[in-house]
Amino acid sequence: MNSFITTDELLLIAPEISMVILATLVIILDLVIKNKSILNFVASFGLLVPIALSFNLLDGTSQFAFAGALRVDYFGVFFKIITLFATLITILISEKYSKKFDDYQGEYYALILISASGMMLLASSVEFITIYIALELSALPLAALITFIRIRSSAESGIKFMVLSALSSAILLYGMVLVYGFTGTTYIEDLSQIINRSLINSELTFGGGALLLGVILITCGFAFKISSAPFHMWAPDVYEGAPTPITAFLSVASKAAGFAVILRIVYSSFSNEQIGMDWSVLIATLSAISMTLGNLIAIQQTNIKRLFAYSTIAQAGYIMVGLAALSSLDGGQDNAGPAGILFYLFGYLLTNFAAFTVITLVSINTNSDSISSYSGLLKRSRLLTLIMTISMISLIGLPPSVGFMAKIYIFGSAMDTGLQWLAIFGVLNSVVSAFYYLKIVKIMLIDENENSEKIQLTTNMSLAGLSCVFGIVILGIFPGSIIEVAHRAVESII
Amino acid sequence: MTLERFLIIGAILFSIGLYGVLSKKHSIAVLMSLELMFNGINVTAVALSRYTVPYLLTTHSGEKVVQYLLTGQIFTIFIITVAAAEVALGLAIIIAIYRTHQSVLLTDSNQLKN
Repeated sequence: MNSFITTDELLLIAPEISMVILATLVIILDLVIKNKSILNFVASFGLLVPIALSFNLLDGTSQFAFAGALRVDYFGVFFKIITLFATLITILISEKYSKKFDDYQGEYYALILISASGMMLLASSVEFITIYIALELSALPLAALITFIRIRSSAESGIKFMVLSALSSAILLYGMVLVYGFTGTTYIEDLSQIINRSLINSELTFGGGALLLGVILITCGFAFKISSAPFHMWAPDVYEGAPTPITAFLSVASKAAGFAVILRIVYSSFSNEQIGMDWSVLIATLSAISMTLGNLIAIQQTNIKRLFAYSTIAQAGYIMVGLAALSSLDGGQDNAGPAGILFYLFGYLLTNFAAFTVITLVSINTNSDSISSYSGLLKRSRLLTLIMTISMISLIGLPPSVGFMAKIYIFGSAMDTGLQWLAIFGVLNSVVSAFYYLKIVKIMLIDENENSEKIQLTTNMSLAGLSCVFGIVILGIFPGSIIEVAHRAVESII
Repeated sequence: MTLERFLIIGAILFSIGLYGVLSKKHSIAVLMSLELMFNGINVTAVALSRYTVPYLLTTHSGEKVVQYLLTGQIFTIFIITVAAAEVALGLAIIIAIYRTHQSVLLTDSNQLKN
């Protein structure tokens, strides 16, 4: 092991470094420039540099950096690109919204960029200390961003997020420390060997109570990050109070990063048959609870951001079906489940951001987040109604949308690995979810509203919304290329 | 002193902290309880690092090297650093809460509900 940092290693984390440089640049520009609208331009165009650097790393090789703490492979770079796209769209849809906090626009964009750099680091970290640091690097700026508007609800969601995020990190850390203590390593790659060895010597699950406790605590900590039931209680309150673009960022990027780490840990450490079965039952149960709870509570919501929070919880349940399908492999490796997760997350990125483009614009125009303020949207803006309707179709999982393909793929993998009940559960839940998603469509198209003033779209907004809609439809018809990329990504972490 | 004693102390600190986070009404007390949880983890990490024999499986670069590992201690230093940042941010948010609510009791922050 080499204890010096080499140039090659720096090149491997070039996307993250360029993000932090961009964040610094935005803060400096904020100090010297009077015209703040240029910050949005700089932040969004500057993002093209890390995007280009990430694509440059997408050459199919797996390289280690920093004494094996980071592993830059196809999988990690795939998640980096998801995070970068999410950041780009967040910044594009913040253009009008950020006028709410004139004086602090530089900090706002810089914090988004720093948080995104943490998520990118998380996607390639393969060692507990690095995972923890990257997790906090992504969570702490988010807590500040959630508190950004100086109103009661924003401050309230900020403290809720801060305390619960710290609590979940503490639980996660305790798990990591116990696992470290009883295996002697913090590298998840070595962990699998040690766990397998201890399984041979002992009858107990994970070779002992302490290790089992550690693994359970780690699971709880990550379940919080992806807002899966029963650790979902923070999501509705935080989503409602946070600035709308940040809500979108939280629901997509933060969740994708969480799934990236879970996949890495589960895939390399717990893919052993004996543990795999226990693990699969646990994840499948959490997934079923998440879907049902999210969908049933979403029906009663009157605030669109709360509705989307519960919808996110339900979507986390669907994605976890892929995680359960990964673990119940009978001897042979089956990549359909994990590849399905990657494809689903990509589709979810497009779908959710399409919806949040509309939500942001409507909330700026009407100063309200209630679902009733969407009535008569058809008369106020046809484009917004179209974007929202297509996004709803994709969230329900109707063809021809990316949501449909992703659900077929992920439920199909569950059928193949003997989790038929979970797949049927998922389909039934999708039917329930159609109720509240279509209710929004009905309100937009049919309900009347005395306010028929047209909503003006800016270039950035329509660019973000239309590119998402375009992606939803194209990937719904030709999903092949992304599925192939997802398979390559999953193969790279074995 | 045996390893068990350290682990028990760590577990007790962690549990008291957890109880405090879940039951305290005052947001500063919640932050203090969080610190207690992190300190319980620190005690556990250092004790485990000191008492368990550190053996190294170097599969990263292919060669086998015998090293004395201080991973637990290093972990602790990182935890302390991040916890400090967390508290700084927590206090900033509590000030924001105080400005909007005129109170730092978490029971007064109950606007967001179903």
